[in-house]
Amino acid sequence: MVSLSFAPIYFDYNATTPVDERVLEAMLPYFSTRYGNASSRHEYGRVALAALEKAREQVASAVGAHPTEVIFTSGGSEANNLFLKGAGASFRGAAAGNKAETVVIGATEHLCVLNAARQLRGQGWRLAQLPVDGGGRIRPADVEAAAREKPRRWSVMLANNETGVIQDIASLAATVQAVGPDCGWFHTDAVQALGKIPINFRALNAAGVHALTISAHKAYGPKGAAALIMDKRLDLMTQIAGGGQERGLRSGTENIAAIVGFGAACELAVSRLKARAKAQTVLRTRLEIRLGEMGATVFGMGVPRLPNTCFFAFPSVDGETLVGKLDRSGFAIASGSACSSAKSAPSHVLLAMGVPDELARCAARVSMGEKTKPAEIEGFLLALQETATKLSRFAANTRL
Amino acid sequence: MSYSAKVIDHYENPRNVGSFDQNEENVGTGMVGAPACGDVMKLQIRVGKDGVIEDARFKTYGCGSAIASSSLVTEWVKGKTMEEALAIKNAEIAEELALPPVKIHCSILAEDAIKAAVADYRKKHGENN
Amino acid sequence: MNLPIYLDYSATTPVDPRVTEKMLPYLTTHFGNPASRSHSFGWTAEAAVEKAREQVAGLVGADPKEIVWTSGATESDNLAIKGAAHFYGATKGKHLITVKTEHKAVLDTMREMERQGFRVTYLDVRENGLVDLETFRAALTPDTCLASVMLVNNEIGVIQPIAEMGALCREKGVIFHVDAAQATGKVAIDLKALPVDLMSFSAHKTYGPKGIGALYARRKPRVRLQAEMHGGGHERGFRSGTLPTHQIVGMGEAFAMAGEGMSAENARIARLRDRLLAGISGIEATHVNGDLNARIPHNLNVSFAYVEGESLMMAIKDLAVSSGSACTSASLEPSYVLRALGRSDELAHSSIRFTLGRFTTEAEIDYAISLLREKVGKLRAMSPLWEMAQAGVDLNTVQWAAH
Repeated sequence: MVSLSFAPIYFDYNATTPVDERVLEAMLPYFSTRYGNASSRHEYGRVALAALEKAREQVASAVGAHPTEVIFTSGGSEANNLFLKGAGASFRGAAAGNKAETVVIGATEHLCVLNAARQLRGQGWRLAQLPVDGGGRIRPADVEAAAREKPRRWSVMLANNETGVIQDIASLAATVQAVGPDCGWFHTDAVQALGKIPINFRALNAAGVHALTISAHKAYGPKGAAALIMDKRLDLMTQIAGGGQERGLRSGTENIAAIVGFGAACELAVSRLKARAKAQTVLRTRLEIRLGEMGATVFGMGVPRLPNTCFFAFPSVDGETLVGKLDRSGFAIASGSACSSAKSAPSHVLLAMGVPDELARCAARVSMGEKTKPAEIEGFLLALQETATKLSRFAANTRL
Repeated sequence: MSYSAKVIDHYENPRNVGSFDQNEENVGTGMVGAPACGDVMKLQIRVGKDGVIEDARFKTYGCGSAIASSSLVTEWVKGKTMEEALAIKNAEIAEELALPPVKIHCSILAEDAIKAAVADYRKKHGENN
Repeated sequence: MNLPIYLDYSATTPVDPRVTEKMLPYLTTHFGNPASRSHSFGWTAEAAVEKAREQVAGLVGADPKEIVWTSGATESDNLAIKGAAHFYGATKGKHLITVKTEHKAVLDTMREMERQGFRVTYLDVRENGLVDLETFRAALTPDTCLASVMLVNNEIGVIQPIAEMGALCREKGVIFHVDAAQATGKVAIDLKALPVDLMSFSAHKTYGPKGIGALYARRKPRVRLQAEMHGGGHERGFRSGTLPTHQIVGMGEAFAMAGEGMSAENARIARLRDRLLAGISGIEATHVNGDLNARIPHNLNVSFAYVEGESLMMAIKDLAVSSGSACTSASLEPSYVLRALGRSDELAHSSIRFTLGRFTTEAEIDYAISLLREKVGKLRAMSPLWEMAQAGVDLNTVQWAAH
């Protein structure tokens, strides 16, 4: 292993994670000797198929689902698209010509849910967004009101990628169920939750959640593998047609190496969850106390959040500038979500929480990983203090 | 597709492969299936004066399960009367060979082959079936 | 010699060890998300993605800006056909053309387009598996929006005349999509010269990893697509989703290697294939499926008459081969590709596809030949059809009991 002493400290684990050594070890044979196509009817194919099914069991077991409820996809975006558009298409077929049907999503969803839902709107669906309170949480009363409109599809994320704020999905889904049995299929994007907080699809399913998305690369697995966990009663229309893999719901040669890695990562997500959460909670508490002392605002403070995530802002210190300076000091943090960092607009998540545009532009995100060390947080705090002080002085001077 | 040990055994060491002269008086020949379906089974029985099947032969064009099913029934029919042979049901064949659901048709074909062979024999002997 | 001998390179290939070596750092050290713009982890990953884009473009004579990453050729085919049909359907018309021997990824996508109100023509092929250019020309109508034809067939390895078809499409203003999943590293592709608008690629058929592919989308003249996967706006909005850096690096490296070694590798594999063909030709009543000239050297698809394919597969279990394409071989249906060639169901059931590759050796081929000779003989001794044929019975005149 190359020494990383020169490398910057990585605080962007919500964007992606390195592959764990044990995960890598599990994957390697599937590049070199166990390279068969899982559809092939010979020894190489059978070995690949067995690996695929073992991984399916590992993934299912990590989230309290049955292996037959796991549909592998190439990533979280694809899984979310498969639910929203697959569910949209299957419904459109059944009720062509009826009044516009409604899809409900949270106001702070990831762009792949937001844009897939917008795509449905382009096809004649009505798009309703659930507002959030100042802490980033959806109010049950808003869910109840939305359910009364008898929407067909819901997608509400379990944990937010920017703020780490956790929605009480079981309770929100139960609220929907309480309104009536015909209030639509409920999906939750749990990509950021895997390996950070427990996920139990059986319990969620009992409360009225019909599908959820998880992804390998946010939990020390490889990029290129994810899953839609779904109640088999759902009738989704395939979005990628072809050889009929994944029970016909997702065609294409299975990405065995990545899926094997996903399976291994899911095992770690369960076995290491408590240790990760405990260590990160200590570190984040320290971080946030100091941030408070330095005059920063922490978003979602006081509401349930992922233990590794801290989204904060120094008023009058531009977020992008702060992040850029910190990068030069050797700390890799994010100014927004990785997928949308091409844009310079303020975070839609913060705006939905009622954060003023000006403050939202100052936001920066630290997301820690299982190898994050206390010394790294201390080093970061020193660099942050220096940088933030300079930048706010500069900002104050500019205003004068 | 993974085959059971019994299918593999019959496939690799098929019993009673071959043919009798189908014009012989005491031979009944049954040919079932079609090449287009991927299975053709030929089952022949040689029947003694007492109505007991003395010997049997098969030739099969088909998958391993089809070959195993026909090999198995050649063993089973030997020493049985025709009535007893007709009582062999596809479910027994499928169970003996642990055929998966997609291969059940092979056992049905083997049952049909017995029926066809017996019918051919009886036709030769002017018996109504 | 390692048994079973892998002769199924068209189903998938091992990742070349040199490719794996390039991929591994992007799983561990350089693990950043290429979309992360605020730190060097992201920049390093992004630079690797862009280098790979150049490598892929380089193999096929494209501009890197014309390459869109996808999860594989199946997704590329879906994106090309649905994306172009959705974009152009309203203006150009709702007629699509494809060929009966295409991969399921194209055929099933076409079925979906039919459900969405498009009209699809499925062209027949000649007995050699090739599309007749006059038939193709005649199918082009004023409301034809897109035609999709594969460059190299996955089952029989024949090479379609896509340059000529593309020229006809240009004449009529029809978007031309080509599935080249089976072609890279086997057939020279120069998109600067070829009149092709969209082309699908896969890494895992060319010694790269599974889970990564690409779609070429021409910029001049520009072809437009409606995105099919929505999200963070990756790949200039064509295809959202976090880019799997290590897989992309692997595809780039695999394609670069494919370009460098292509002519030498093809010559070596052609010699092995010809050796296999000569060895099999000694077995009576065998038929090669598909044209032997307009064909990649890697493929030999043979029907062993009077022997059923699945039982032959079982008999030659020391050879990892396929009977029909990998994606459809779980079903008991005979290969639709061979049926499109006019092969009888019986011959279609009796077919075996041998596909050779980078790591195939002469000793493996010789082993395969002797095994085939022995096992085909054994199965024929057990086959009532062989017996009838030997007795001079014309099987076509037999009344078969349907079941």
